[in-house]
Amino acid sequence: MKPTLLLGTRKGLIAYRYTNGNWKVENLSFEGVPVSIAYADPRNGKWWAALDHGHWGVKLHRSNDRGATWEEVAAPAYPEGEEVKDGVPAATRYIWAMSHGGNNHTSRLWLGTDPGGLFMSEDEGNSFQLVQSLWQHPSRKTGWFGGGRDLPGIHSIVVDPRNEDHIHIGISCAGVFETHDAGKTWEVRNKGLRADFLPDPAADMGHDPHILVAAPTNPDAIWQQNHCGIFRTVDGAKNWEEVSEKEGPARFGFAMAVAEDNPDQAWVAPADSDAIRVSIKGSLCICRTDDGGKTWKQQRNGLPQENCFDIVYRHALATSGDAVVFGTTTGNLFISNDRGENWQVINNYLPMVYSVQFAE
Amino acid sequence: MPVVKFTKALKRFFPNLQDTPANGKSLLDVLGEMDTHYPGVKSYLLDEHGQLRKHVNIFIDGNMINDRNKLNDTFTTGSEIYIIQALSGG
Repeated sequence: MKPTLLLGTRKGLIAYRYTNGNWKVENLSFEGVPVSIAYADPRNGKWWAALDHGHWGVKLHRSNDRGATWEEVAAPAYPEGEEVKDGVPAATRYIWAMSHGGNNHTSRLWLGTDPGGLFMSEDEGNSFQLVQSLWQHPSRKTGWFGGGRDLPGIHSIVVDPRNEDHIHIGISCAGVFETHDAGKTWEVRNKGLRADFLPDPAADMGHDPHILVAAPTNPDAIWQQNHCGIFRTVDGAKNWEEVSEKEGPARFGFAMAVAEDNPDQAWVAPADSDAIRVSIKGSLCICRTDDGGKTWKQQRNGLPQENCFDIVYRHALATSGDAVVFGTTTGNLFISNDRGENWQVINNYLPMVYSVQFAE
Repeated sequence: MPVVKFTKALKRFFPNLQDTPANGKSLLDVLGEMDTHYPGVKSYLLDEHGQLRKHVNIFIDGNMINDRNKLNDTFTTGSEIYIIQALSGG
């Protein structure tokens, strides 16, 4: 298990460090400011904080010393003249995803935003440029739309460690796109997904993945918690197969994590439904599959089982070794040291948790 | 020359902010000038297309500006340009 937890919350960045058998707060930064995603770059240990100031716009900060000091860098910005749709200028509303660009591209970073822009840096994050090929994709203006947010948003960036120019991204509400050339060209990868909310549920475009996660031991095995179920692919997203429970809680939710050492083992954090976004029947459970989604097991030991409204946002469930951790919308942070069999509280009374990441 | 005054909320990010005289003839010029005094402050007030952010307001001599997109509101050499944070959220 990596010994650091980095949280992006509604009221700041909070870092915990595992010390003498306990998780203790190591750093609190940007107190009171929404941190849409907190990210530690595993290549160099730099910490990033994407801020969502209600008043002052989206900002991006970087720390070389584990949050002791921060420097602001230029946030991703849409070039003059770019439009979300005809007559509506595109301006960055939210940074929703962040990923490093791999060990062969040491200066490369990726960002995903609402309104649906993918940004790339080739200078260690000193500047970010809009990936025009995706922004100009013929499906965007007519086939992408907003789901829970007003506009489409890129929340998932999955870089293939075997070839770091090979990337899958997830967009709410558009679907999955794949590039083999670091974003110069794109292919749509929505085959097998189902969008119940569309006139044609099997349409090419308009799907609503909530998060994409690839298995570290098999990057062609990719999972997604989708608005309309849980889906898995074993051929690099050429074909998706639904693996939701028919009569169980493992269906609707936002978050998903895959075991570091087993592409068939994954966790989801179910919510009641699209219409009722709270925990199911007032109790909190995590569901784990050990067989690629054929069966799911409810994991409740140590989690509140009554009077509970917590749900888990898409970036707020993570795993490292045998540890699984998640933060909730009502400010609870739980950890398991045995792959979800038993849970313990790290903290209650936190702000709404947007992201959780294990780091060194 | 007009003087620009800032909401206290911005001092958190720009600790040296103070009432600042401006030479610019347009509001956009004035905000550009403020950015030279306090690098980065313009991006807190305007988005990348120069439009006033949703939760920011600017008053000129006590009157809220009308043009949030092109910032064409006028002022005089004696004007007070006041930048405020609109209230929102919890």
